[in-house]
Amino acid sequence: MGLGDEVKDQLSFLGGFKLTFQHLTRPRVTTSYPDEKRAKQPRQHGRHVLNRYEDGMEKCIGCELCAGVCPADCIYVRGLDNPPDHPVSPGERYGYVYEINYLRCIHCDMCVEACPTEAITESKLFEFSFTNRSDAIYTKKELLVDDRGMPQKLPWEDWREGDDMMTSGWMRATAPSGNAAYEGEVQWSGELGYGVRAPEGGQSGHRDDELTGTKPLRDILEAHLLTEDIPLAHRGMQGRVWRAKIGAEKNKKKMEAMRVRMNDLRAARKAAKAKGKA
Amino acid sequence: MIAALLAHLGVAISATGSPLTSPNQGLGDPLFSQGFTWEVWVILVVKVLVAFVVLLIATAMMIWFERKVISDMQSRIGPNRAGPWGLLQTLADGTKLIFKEDLVPEQSDSFTFKLAPYLSTVPAFITFAVVPVGGIIRLGSHTFELQVADPPIGILLVLAMSGIAVYGVMLAGWSSGSKYPLLGSVRASAQVISYEAALGMTVVTVVLVSHSLSTRAIVAAQSNGFWNWNLIRLGFVPFIFFMIAITAELTRPPFDLTEADSELVGGFHTEYSSMRFGMFYLAEFMNTITMSAVVVTLFFGGPNGLIPPWPGATIYMPLIWFLLKTVAFCFIYVWFRAALPRLRYDQLMDLGWKRLIPMSLAWLLLVAAVVTWHWSGLIMAPVVLAAAVLLVRATRLGSDATKRDSVLPSVGRRVAPATRLPDGPRQGVDA
Repeated sequence: MGLGDEVKDQLSFLGGFKLTFQHLTRPRVTTSYPDEKRAKQPRQHGRHVLNRYEDGMEKCIGCELCAGVCPADCIYVRGLDNPPDHPVSPGERYGYVYEINYLRCIHCDMCVEACPTEAITESKLFEFSFTNRSDAIYTKKELLVDDRGMPQKLPWEDWREGDDMMTSGWMRATAPSGNAAYEGEVQWSGELGYGVRAPEGGQSGHRDDELTGTKPLRDILEAHLLTEDIPLAHRGMQGRVWRAKIGAEKNKKKMEAMRVRMNDLRAARKAAKAKGKA
Repeated sequence: MIAALLAHLGVAISATGSPLTSPNQGLGDPLFSQGFTWEVWVILVVKVLVAFVVLLIATAMMIWFERKVISDMQSRIGPNRAGPWGLLQTLADGTKLIFKEDLVPEQSDSFTFKLAPYLSTVPAFITFAVVPVGGIIRLGSHTFELQVADPPIGILLVLAMSGIAVYGVMLAGWSSGSKYPLLGSVRASAQVISYEAALGMTVVTVVLVSHSLSTRAIVAAQSNGFWNWNLIRLGFVPFIFFMIAITAELTRPPFDLTEADSELVGGFHTEYSSMRFGMFYLAEFMNTITMSAVVVTLFFGGPNGLIPPWPGATIYMPLIWFLLKTVAFCFIYVWFRAALPRLRYDQLMDLGWKRLIPMSLAWLLLVAAVVTWHWSGLIMAPVVLAAAVLLVRATRLGSDATKRDSVLPSVGRRVAPATRLPDGPRQGVDA
């Protein structure tokens, strides 16, 4: 190594200064959360729901497989024989007690994979909180879907629009036996009233993210990739146009939201004034 | 002899006609030249109070500034909930800290444990007293300098206070009765002592060309254009040494071994909670501001700068210049934190003892030679160069003696994808 190379090597730390300074002008990867929420991924694991058949029968047969497979030991199930005159589930037994402790649950979805009747699935809801430990335990009362097959929207939970339509379970986390060609297969359990979701794309690139509702993180974070990792179409001048378009769209949304807020405020003020006059 | 020197200085500087100078330059604040009347006391008290309050507010702003800049550099948003742009975040944090439970560990030496935060905070306040923030103000028959105190020892006070502040850290770690704080404080004392030597020698180079220890005189000696700044007069190098040494002295990243989160939990303040922790935090950020101000004072002409012919500009323009320069250095400290990974302990000692101290000593000798007689500088240069070559050779021999293989390859380098690798041996792959 020559002297010049050695000096260059010793001063290579200056690259860090350049990089961090460049980042000042780059778009932020985080969002100001409660005001601006990022779209959920279709595979998002949220709180559970206990499903029913279309005739209103509960799917749970009280087999306790979910409790057995749970790595966090957060599920407590007790089965009971169905009363012959008014059965709760079509099987022999039904889930008499069903409790999930959300202080323990790690949302791994293994219960969903274990369930033989697709009785337990996960919604995408994660915005719920409690102020004491007993509130963290969801019982059958909270978990069971309503008569239309929709999850209950409990008052302390923050449901977003369309969330309750996406409660089907992801049945396999990976392709069987690691088969990369296992693509285009429906791997969702059916959804009450909505049928089956479109199959997700695999690794091959033949994927329809629009159809499956997948939002690749890659697009969001693309501005922060190394140049050689950015797709050709998004580099240089083309990329600048593309980013400008995305930025304009984002700004438009922001302005729209602001206008709505201003209108609401104005309306509220007007209403208050009218009330004062009356 | 000192009086003669000071008199000589006074003549030399009053001739420059800068708004930063006064007739009795170098003899301390002209405020006291007419004795201590009650007006003098009022001016003094107001100066102290204003400095205290402004420094507290500036610290709050600095914490906000650091968090915001570092989040920008990491492509995050940063604090944005309390007040506009999160400006009141520090206030919210402080309020929270005050109301938190104040824990004193059972194993701790409780008196020392409680004393330590004050030993950290008080020097942080005192250091700022000697920083000249503006020019000379005339108020009625009184003339005074815009700085809390202008003692003849000036810059020595900064060194002394940064020395005392180590006691805060050291006693905090020692009295906590816990291993992580102890390790942190041992590191802190070793680090600060190592870098104080280099720091002192770079300060001496400044003093050599300024002919005074007084900060006001140092600033005044740099007036009349930026080419008179010590940064340029001393040839950039002492500034770089000073910057490195002061960052180590502040125990700020990349020299934050004393509170290395990943190794020592929180370092010396692991066991502290509530406002006692808050005081360490306050001291840390206040020191950052103060040391930015000290760098500006020593190398960037302090409040010196272009003064446009606007009414009253001689009063507010020096303040604005001082503020701008100080904020720039605050930014640079934050930039350090964003860009540089923490040094390993041996790297820290290596940089301090084998590089900074010999190099700052060499530069000090060069400057001293040039100041005494220009031609002796030419004689000194080859001597210094020869010494440098010998030293480098000695350290090379030393590191060859301990087998190179026993040292791990430098960490933290990203392995480039194979397609981007130039032809030639790859690090860690080909021997």
